Amino acid sequence: MPVESVFSRLELLLPQVQKPIQYVGGELNATVKDWDSAAVRWALMYPDAYEVGLPNQGVMILYEVLNEQVDVLAERTYAVWPDLEKLMREYDVPQFTVDAHRPIKAFDVLGVSFSTELGYTNLLTALDLGGIPLHAAGRTDDDPIVIAGGHAAFNPEPIADFVDAAILGDGEQAVLQVTAVIRQWKADGSPGGRDELLMRLAKTGGVYVPRFYDVDYLPDGRIQRVVPNRPGVPWRVSKHTVMDLDEWPYPKQPLVPLAETVHERMSVEIFRGCTRGCRFCQAGMITRPVRERSITGIGEMVKAGLEASGYEEVGLLSLSSADHSEIGEIAKGLADRYEGTQTSLSLPSTRVDAFNVTLAKELSRNGRRSGLTFAPEGGSERIRKVINKMVTEDDLIRTVSTAYANGWRQVKLYFMCGLPTETDEDVVQIATLASRVIEAGRAASGKGDIRCTVSIGGFVPKPHTPFQWASQLDHEATDARLHKLKDAIRADRKYGKAIGLRYHDGKPGIVEGLLSRGDRRVGAVIRKVWEGGGRFDGWSEHFSFERWMDAASDVGVDVDWYTTRERDQHEVLPWDHLDSGLDKEWLWEDWQESIASSDDGAEVEDCRWTPCYDCGVCPGMDTSIQIGPTGRTLLPLSPAASPVRA
Amino acid sequence: MQRLRIRYAKRGRLRFSSHRDFQRALERALRRAAVPMAYSAGFSPHPKVSYANAAPTGTASEAEYVEIGVAERCDPERLRAALDASLPPGLDVVEVVEAGPGSLAERLEASHWSVRLPSLTLAEAERAVGLLLAAEAVTVERVMKDGKRLLDARAPLLAARVDADPEDGCAILDMVVRHVTPAVRPDDVVTALRVVADLVPAAPGPWIWAATRLAQGPLQPDGTVGDPLDPDRAAVGATAPGPV
Repeated sequence: MPVESVFSRLELLLPQVQKPIQYVGGELNATVKDWDSAAVRWALMYPDAYEVGLPNQGVMILYEVLNEQVDVLAERTYAVWPDLEKLMREYDVPQFTVDAHRPIKAFDVLGVSFSTELGYTNLLTALDLGGIPLHAAGRTDDDPIVIAGGHAAFNPEPIADFVDAAILGDGEQAVLQVTAVIRQWKADGSPGGRDELLMRLAKTGGVYVPRFYDVDYLPDGRIQRVVPNRPGVPWRVSKHTVMDLDEWPYPKQPLVPLAETVHERMSVEIFRGCTRGCRFCQAGMITRPVRERSITGIGEMVKAGLEASGYEEVGLLSLSSADHSEIGEIAKGLADRYEGTQTSLSLPSTRVDAFNVTLAKELSRNGRRSGLTFAPEGGSERIRKVINKMVTEDDLIRTVSTAYANGWRQVKLYFMCGLPTETDEDVVQIATLASRVIEAGRAASGKGDIRCTVSIGGFVPKPHTPFQWASQLDHEATDARLHKLKDAIRADRKYGKAIGLRYHDGKPGIVEGLLSRGDRRVGAVIRKVWEGGGRFDGWSEHFSFERWMDAASDVGVDVDWYTTRERDQHEVLPWDHLDSGLDKEWLWEDWQESIASSDDGAEVEDCRWTPCYDCGVCPGMDTSIQIGPTGRTLLPLSPAASPVRA
Repeated sequence: MQRLRIRYAKRGRLRFSSHRDFQRALERALRRAAVPMAYSAGFSPHPKVSYANAAPTGTASEAEYVEIGVAERCDPERLRAALDASLPPGLDVVEVVEAGPGSLAERLEASHWSVRLPSLTLAEAERAVGLLLAAEAVTVERVMKDGKRLLDARAPLLAARVDADPEDGCAILDMVVRHVTPAVRPDDVVTALRVVADLVPAAPGPWIWAATRLAQGPLQPDGTVGDPLDPDRAAVGATAPGPV
C-alpha cells in the first residue's frame, strides 16, 4: 500500500518557521526509493536538530549501507524545532522523513542514533508527533520497532520503556543482520506479531530487548540482578565490531545539504577505536580494538568523496587522528594530491604528543588553515596520571610552540573539571599552564597577538569505563572550582588577556550523569520532563535544570544517589548484562590504580605498542588489533582538464 | 580573468533555501563541475563570485543573477550545462553570458512578481489591491534579526493587478516593485493587503501565499521590467534564449 507524502501539508507551514530548508530534503546524494518495492523499510533518526544530525557519520553510513540493498529503503528524520512542532500539532502533520516526507509510523523500523543522552526527550517528541505510543509496551503491529544505537546505547536502561531494542557497537553489519531477520519474518507472514519478531532479534545475541529482562532491586535501592524472563534469551548481549574498515568505505557518497550544518566538510574515518587508555573516555573503552583504514583506502575515499560533494575541507576523523600508523604519509600524500586546489585538511582530534612539525606543515599547505585543538584534560601532572592521559607539560609546550611557529595564531585547549581525586589546585594550575603556552607561543612566533582558548567542561562518569564507580562532583562544587580558575586567569596581568576561557556550568553535567548511569527507574523522570516541555536538552537555551530536578522529585528519584554516590566493587551496575568486551575485574583494577596514591599508580600504556594488558575485549569479542604500517603511498592523481574550458 | 553572468531559477521546494544556502550550494557545484574559478588573493582565498539581489527565503524565482570570475576562458553554454547538472534540481541554470561593460547589480532596478493568494477569494483580492493602490502609504511591520521594523509597502509598488489562475481560478497578484532599501518583499505587500482590507483567511488554516519572481532588471519607460543581460548579449552579438 503506498504511503502518502505529507509534504503538501508541511509546505504550507514552512513560511512560518526558522530555516525552512532543513525540512525539505533533497540533499545531494540523498536517495528516494519506491515504497512498494521495498521489503524492509528503515527510518533513521538523529535526535537533534538537522544542522547537528545531517553531518553525523553514523547515520550517513547506515543510510547508504541500507539503501544499497535492492529491497531495502532507508530515509532520515531529525528533531523538529519547537516552532515547527507547535504548527505540526496545530495542523496535524506527523513526524516525517526528510527524504520522501513519509510519516515515521509507516516504517518497519525506527533506528535512533544516540551520541548523547541529552537526546532522549527529543525521541519522545518524535514518537508522539509520529503517532507512535511512547511506551514500547503500548505499541501494536502497526507501529515500527524502535531501536536505539550509538554510544549511549551501551546503557539504554533509562530509555528501556521507550525503545523496543538496543544495539551496541558498530552498525554496518548489525543493521543488515536485523534487516535479514525482519525480511524473513515478513516473508513468513509476520507470525506472532511484534513479540515474535523481537524474540527472533533477541535470539541472535546481538540485539538487546529490554522487555525480555526483569530487574530485581535490593531494599536499599541497588540492583539485585537482571535476568532473562523467558527461555531462549541470552544472559548477556554483545557489542558488534566491524573488523576490516577497508571493506566498509562509507560514506561513499556523502550527503551534502543546502542548509548550513555544524560540520561543513567531507569526513573520512581513518581508524576506529582507541587504546590510549584514558580512564574517563567511554568512546576509547567501548570501541576497542583499534582498526585502521589503510592509507590507500583513505586516499580512495577522499577522492570519491570530494568528487561527489565539492567540499573544500577534508576531515580525517578518529578518536585521536595523529595516532594512525601512517598519518605522516597520509597528510603528505593528500597535500601533494590536492596542491593548488584550495582543499584543506584537518585533524579534528589530535593528541598533544603525536603532533609534529611535519604534520603541521602538511595540514597548512593547501587552502585554509583549520583550528587546532589539543586536550590535556587535566591541569596538573598529578591529575593527568589519575586519568591515564600521560602527556607532560613539556610535550604540550613543545607542541603549541610548533603550531605557533608554523603560523597558527590560536590554539584551543580542552580540559575537564570534577575528575576523581581532583582538588582546586589541579584546576587552578590550568591557568599556569595556559600562561606558559602564551609565553612559549610569543617566543616561537615572535608575535604578541597570539591567543589560546581554554575550554573546560564538567566530568561525567560513564558506563563501561574505569570511572563507572566514581562519585560525580556536584554542580555547586564544579562551579566554585571553575570560578577559581576564572579568577586565576584574570589575575595574570602578563598573559591573562591572551587567554580565553569557555566553560559550561555544572548543572547540565548532573542531568547527563543521571541519564548516563541511570537504570530503568530514571525513565519516569525523562517522561515527566518531556511532558513538562523538555526539548533539545543539549542546547543551553532550551535546557532547564529545574525542570529535571522537579521531575525527579515528583517521581521519587534521588538524583544524588545516581550521580554523586560512589559505587562499591560488588554493586550490580545497570549495564552489567550488556557486554562491551571489557572485563569488569580489569576495569575495577584500573579504577583502583587510578585512585591509589599518585606515586604508586601504574601507567597503562597503549597495547598497540606494548604487550597486551588483558582488558578482555579481543578474546571476548574474537577481535584483534588491526594497524599498519602498510608501506604503501598515495600516488599523484592525474589532473583532468576542466570540461567547461573554451 | 573572464567574467561570466549567470541567470538561474529557484523552483519548487528549493524556494525555501536562503541566500546563504544558495551560496554554499553554488560554490560546491562549481567545484564538482571542475569550473576553473579565479580566487581572491590573501590569507583565506575565496572564489570570485558576486551575488546580486537574491529573492527572499520562501519565494521562488525565475530570474536570479550571479557573476563569477574564471581563471581560464570558458565556453558559456558548456558551463551552463555543467553547472546545471551539478546543482540540485530546483536550482536551475537558465543562461550564462560573458560579461559586457557595466555593472550587473546596477541594472537590477525593479522586480516583476506573481503571488498566488489561495487564502483569498478573487473578489476579496481585487478589493484589497484597489484599496492598497488608493492609499498613499501603508506601513507594515516585519520581524528581523535585530527586532521589529516598520516599512512603507505602498511607495515602491509601481503596478499591481489581480488575475484569476486559468486552471483553478485562484487569485493571483501580478505586480512590479521597485528595489529600495530596505527591500519591500512580496510578504510585505501581502501583509499590506491584509492591513488595508482587514482580511482574515477564508478557510481555517495558515495564511497561504506563494510568490515567484518572474523577472528583475532595468525599469522600462512603459513600466515593465527589462532583461538585465541585454547589454552583455549585445556586446558579444549573442541572442536571448527562447522562453523557458
